[in-house]
Amino acid sequence: MRRVVVTGLGMVTPLGCGVSANWQRLTAGESGLRAIDSFDTSDLPAKIAGLVPKGEGGHLFNAEAFVSTKDRRRMDEFIVYAIAAAAEAIEDSGWNPESEEDRENTGVMIGSGIGGLPSIANTSVTLETGGPRKVSPFFIPASLINLASGHVSIRYGFKGPNHSVVTACSTGAHAIGDAARLVMLGDADVMIAGGAEAAVCRLGIAGFAAAKALSTGFNDTPTKGSRPWDKDRDGFVMGEGSGVVVLEEYEHAKKRGAKIYAEVVGYGMSGDAYHITAPAEDGNGGFRAMRNALKRAGLNPEDVDYVNAHGTSTPLGDEIELGAVKRLFGDHAYKLSMSSTKSAIGHLLGAAGAVEAIYSILAIRNNVVPPTLNLDNPSEGCDIDLVPHQAKERKVDVALSNSFGFGGTNASLVFRRAT
Amino acid sequence: MSDVAERVKKIVVEHLGVEEAKVTENASFIDDLGADSLDTVELVMAFEEEFGCEIPDDAAEKILTVKDAIDFIESHQS
Repeated sequence: MRRVVVTGLGMVTPLGCGVSANWQRLTAGESGLRAIDSFDTSDLPAKIAGLVPKGEGGHLFNAEAFVSTKDRRRMDEFIVYAIAAAAEAIEDSGWNPESEEDRENTGVMIGSGIGGLPSIANTSVTLETGGPRKVSPFFIPASLINLASGHVSIRYGFKGPNHSVVTACSTGAHAIGDAARLVMLGDADVMIAGGAEAAVCRLGIAGFAAAKALSTGFNDTPTKGSRPWDKDRDGFVMGEGSGVVVLEEYEHAKKRGAKIYAEVVGYGMSGDAYHITAPAEDGNGGFRAMRNALKRAGLNPEDVDYVNAHGTSTPLGDEIELGAVKRLFGDHAYKLSMSSTKSAIGHLLGAAGAVEAIYSILAIRNNVVPPTLNLDNPSEGCDIDLVPHQAKERKVDVALSNSFGFGGTNASLVFRRAT
Repeated sequence: MSDVAERVKKIVVEHLGVEEAKVTENASFIDDLGADSLDTVELVMAFEEEFGCEIPDDAAEKILTVKDAIDFIESHQS
């Protein structure tokens, strides 16, 4: 099968707009979590989130720089984030196909966990108060998940596979893994792949809070809310943003002299077949996703230097994942480093796997592992290197990134330094 | 220019993101101002909102230019 490499990166997260701003702030131990100020939270149990910082200049995100005011009415915010992340990744890759054939061999696969929830919530109110004639003709195309892929393909004229993934919090990882498969099998030479999410609205917070998934004990100290493996963790903090990568067939990238960040060597999937929101207690699903990814990569557990954990900061999930890692890696679990970057940005749901894949690739590129913030008192048994508080330098040639979603859907990606 | 014409043009400029100078009375929303079929639906909704009138679907289908909109609204204002 053909080899697939990563040749472009782009992201918008609660730490800011752009890959370099993200990496700088992430490794400096900064947090993107804050009190929600864009809507009333007085009656909501969770009042904090990882929100994309808006404004002009520096790390701030300015939507106008990517999408005109007119076009913004046609899309919910998750699509705006996807377009911005894709723009950075495509420019970074230098891939600008001019021939029809090259455009037909370039596809897009950007997913989302929930899609246009704010539009759906607001339009429902409009329908009930104003009647059907007040419903915008842009409501459906603004909310549909695959319209992120649609908009990116329309903008750039990419006429290859146009696809979208919806697997809750595994979306971003599945999108990158599936898109890499399309390149491996020859359905495309280049794929723009990733995830996007912007579901931090009253309905989103109320829904996840009702499922008892969110942190509610740190409303007055937002940056402390996401604390994977810490004894005081009490749920995840919702986040928003997008991560997009350019995946390319190895020879294709080499031939045009593209910068190669890393190779996508492994991708493993599994289903828990257990519960709609809780992970299987023995971590069997995550274990098999990781095992399958290593098998596909042709690597041994000892080859892995860094694990970017799913690590959402929920009481149940974090330790179950750690247990699965210990079981799979054995003694080597005490030699690798594992961290949860959700401690800094919150849980970006459908964008999480893509954003975290990029952080994993940057760990390889820089030989630096990002920290797990707020890990003040690790829970019992959380005794491997979880990179508390501060980033650290270490050799990283192989990184594995985990994503687990509601419904018991698991995906692991393995990236290796390009040789 | 009548008050209605001015308000109609303002809505068109805002919704279609076009320069004011391009919004002449004879300008066609689709052919001259870059609107697509969804834009025209939204424009009609914006006219209804602004002028507090109802524009039935069969009438909306005949509103193709800036002048069509102005004429319809002026003739249906109470």
